[in-house]
Amino acid sequence: MTRNVLRAGALALALSLAASAGPAPAAAASAAAVPTGPTVKIDNFVFGPSALTVSVGTTVTWINQDDIPHTVAAADKSFKSKVLDSNERFSFTFTRPGEYGYFCSLHPHMVGKVIVKPG
Amino acid sequence: MPDHPQGDDRRGFLKCMAWAGTGALWTVSGGIASSISLDRALAKPAAATGFTFLQISDSHVGFAKPANPDAAATYRQAVAKIKAMPIKPDFIIHTGDVTQLSKDQEFDDAEQIIGEAGLTVFHVPGEHDMLDEGAGKAYLDRFGKATKGAGWYSFDHRGVHFIALVNVVNLKAGGMGSLGPDQLEWLEKDLAGRPASTPIVVFAHIPLWTVYADWGWGTDDAAQALAYLKRFGSVTVLNGHIHQITRKVEGHVAFHTARSTAFPQPVGGQGPSPGPLKVSPEQLPAMLGVTSATFVRGAEPIALVDSTLAS
Repeated sequence: MTRNVLRAGALALALSLAASAGPAPAAAASAAAVPTGPTVKIDNFVFGPSALTVSVGTTVTWINQDDIPHTVAAADKSFKSKVLDSNERFSFTFTRPGEYGYFCSLHPHMVGKVIVKPG
Repeated sequence: MPDHPQGDDRRGFLKCMAWAGTGALWTVSGGIASSISLDRALAKPAAATGFTFLQISDSHVGFAKPANPDAAATYRQAVAKIKAMPIKPDFIIHTGDVTQLSKDQEFDDAEQIIGEAGLTVFHVPGEHDMLDEGAGKAYLDRFGKATKGAGWYSFDHRGVHFIALVNVVNLKAGGMGSLGPDQLEWLEKDLAGRPASTPIVVFAHIPLWTVYADWGWGTDDAAQALAYLKRFGSVTVLNGHIHQITRKVEGHVAFHTARSTAFPQPVGGQGPSPGPLKVSPEQLPAMLGVTSATFVRGAEPIALVDSTLAS
């Protein structure tokens, strides 16, 4: 009985994968456990890359590689990290298309943007 | 060495910068600029009608990275230096970044260290002091009891009006430091009705003049604050944040930034970033320090002497 349910589930998953156009669903499944999306590195008080283009649903991760704490704060306040000390990370999943300007709320001359394209 | 500032105003502009060893001294007087050597200034106690106060800045207690593996230890050295001064200062002003990450333990350690000086300490927050989940609650619970807004206030001491400003909160993308409309309105009221002859000392974390815009070393709306201060005959502006000494004089306003007690930073634009400048352990003490300010009623000079932990 249990085995049959598992088989049915596996079959359903296989069918859905076959029906989709490309490897995107597999990537989405693994993203839940370990972020594999694009990263923005904070290095020498600069967000790199300063402009990043992604598709809707993408999780972007920022990593602070400086000796000084920084934050990642959306100009429209749609997201804001806690303070990131050295080597700490912040991730955010973009669910709506648009252009998201952000900055470091401690060092506001540090700015970047994420451009989210419709899926 | 910076250029000697020039001014077309004969009265009240900074005239002389005398450098000796590791310390620099300059005096500003309301009418007659004077030149005093550092040795003489250090040897001569303040007149009976004058007083001295200390500026200490950017202690970053909790910082423990290659540029300074123990910022608490160098802070302790700075306090020991203050305790050893021949003239007992009336109080200390701390121009922000008391801590590295606004943690309770860092604030506790910092208070314990500066408490050893046995002097009243007046604070303004740096951006590193407002990092807790409460966006400044940890700082304001300790130091903000008699303050307004994000921690601004003023007080009078022996005829000098001191104004503590906060320019590290509600910063805008792409901008620099910010005072904000509420604080500016308060400042205007605070100054209203005061005689123009009142000596003014303004202190805040981020410089109130633009030292280097590309690194955010300035305050977007400082011009409005300075407009309110313009009618006063003697204004001294003391800042931190950039971990190095810079000076500028505009009319009757003398700007000064102090060294950190934790780590130096590069001269604006002369490095990859405004992050910590890594120097050898032997070099470090000469790049950290405190500033003493001596006010003497009558001639009204406010003499600022910067000294390092190596001297």
